[in-house]
Amino acid sequence: MKTENVDIAVIGAGAAGLSASSVCARAGLRTLVIDREETPGGVLLQCIHNGFGLHYFHEELTGPEYAERLLEKARAAGVEFRMESAVMKLRELGNEKELTVYSGADGVTIIHAKAVILAMGCRERSRGNLAIPGDRVAGVITAGLAQRFLNIDGFLPGSSAVIVGSGDIGLIMARRLTWCGIQVKAVVEILPYPSGLSRNIAQCLDDFHIPLRLSTTVTGIHGRDRVESIGIAPLVNGEPDLSREEIIPCDTVLFSVGLIPENELSRQCGVEINPSTNGAYVDGSLMTGVPGIFACGNVLHVHDLVDFVSEEAENCAANAVSYVKGGPPPMEKQLRASAADNLSYVVPNACRRGVTTRFYMRPKVLCRRAELLVKNGDGTVLLRKKLQYVKPAEMITADLPGETSAACPDTAELRFELRPEEEAKA
Amino acid sequence: MKKHTRICIVCPAGCHLEILEDDNGEFTVSGNTCPRGKTYALNEMRDPRRVVTAVVPVNSEKTPYLPVKTDAPLPVPLIGRLLKKLYSMRLALPAKAGMVLIRDFEGTSVNVVLTRGAEEQER
Repeated sequence: MKTENVDIAVIGAGAAGLSASSVCARAGLRTLVIDREETPGGVLLQCIHNGFGLHYFHEELTGPEYAERLLEKARAAGVEFRMESAVMKLRELGNEKELTVYSGADGVTIIHAKAVILAMGCRERSRGNLAIPGDRVAGVITAGLAQRFLNIDGFLPGSSAVIVGSGDIGLIMARRLTWCGIQVKAVVEILPYPSGLSRNIAQCLDDFHIPLRLSTTVTGIHGRDRVESIGIAPLVNGEPDLSREEIIPCDTVLFSVGLIPENELSRQCGVEINPSTNGAYVDGSLMTGVPGIFACGNVLHVHDLVDFVSEEAENCAANAVSYVKGGPPPMEKQLRASAADNLSYVVPNACRRGVTTRFYMRPKVLCRRAELLVKNGDGTVLLRKKLQYVKPAEMITADLPGETSAACPDTAELRFELRPEEEAKA
Repeated sequence: MKKHTRICIVCPAGCHLEILEDDNGEFTVSGNTCPRGKTYALNEMRDPRRVVTAVVPVNSEKTPYLPVKTDAPLPVPLIGRLLKKLYSMRLALPAKAGMVLIRDFEGTSVNVVLTRGAEEQER
């Protein structure tokens, strides 16, 4: 069995892994990126639509173009890649981390790294996660899988479809299917408002007169071998109103019902997972509870813009670099951060006093105008930020200046709150 | 007098636009919170356009399709014809990202470019 030593091992060659690895290699550290797929780029390669990169590259790119830019940067920095390789095991070994990597070409390789960056991304929730009743038939797939079939492999998944869930992937697929000659009969959303961006409702549904059925649930998927129809019914007081059930004939059902960070490896090596993000608890340097293991991108929390993934990954990598170069930092007391009113989570879960920290959070409410407040334990307001068009589909970011946290007593706990000021128009 | 509604796609705010069309074909826009919204609404009435992304078939077993985009928004009525043309093409490898596949589609000065490249298949 081969054994190798690297400074930093990055697990995952998607947007987070590529962005992080460039920073590590540019700092002169031997950096190895490991990924199961044949080519680096992750999910970006199948996201052939445009709209990526406006924040990070200041121009509008498609997914493959965004991935190519990141890959060029990583190659120029000297990042090494090990593709078609799966990390089977991750564990602590003294001050180092040990990765057991399997590949068809090389068999098993043991890699020792001074630090590890978790960048595995996420996977889609599927029919099984939702317990949707009905027949177990062919033709029921996730929106992302349909995207891969159409955009990479070139298979048409069916001839007429209903999409369950109105997340952005589902909306983008509604347009993509239509442009491939597949009739999209409806998009069904259980919530009273769409989960995706309004502009995607406009350009992916309205453009093609695809009906969006809000507050509606699936009563069953029907068919013998292949999907023949789907039953839907409006929700009244949280229960489907079966007297108004509707059967829509179709041969394909796509699920676009959320993403789950892939943290099996993280759990295996003792990283504690936050139930509100399904990602690791991380401190102000995006380091998990296991010293030397860092996390960024969708494996940490699900992002809606890849630009924020790149930004977070670079920041995470810079911290991993100082960890490797300076050795494990003395245990410092960080200020804990938690989400309160109208926010479902805040990441990171702590901040280093005196270091300006960018916080990412997700609102639970829809409103036209709102104010974000950061308070310390005794109720003093440390930061106020006015926000417009707040919606659960869009992440909020806020920077807490280093001088503000430095002035807090070290017993302070940061509380993030969102106060709606004006309701959203329906 | 005719009333049209649109959701603006220029930025994530997604303003709900209302466009009144009088009998002389003149438009009045409301609901926009910035001038770009007004321009978008007027374009939607006179000459709606969209950036089109798709995949084209490739003569390769390993890479059966490669992604493309229009380098500018294309008039909506031409989208169907463009897609048909793209699906009937057959690209030979190697091909480089940024390569122009169709120049000046139907006199619109809109080009179709490849957004991902591929090497020739190794045997």
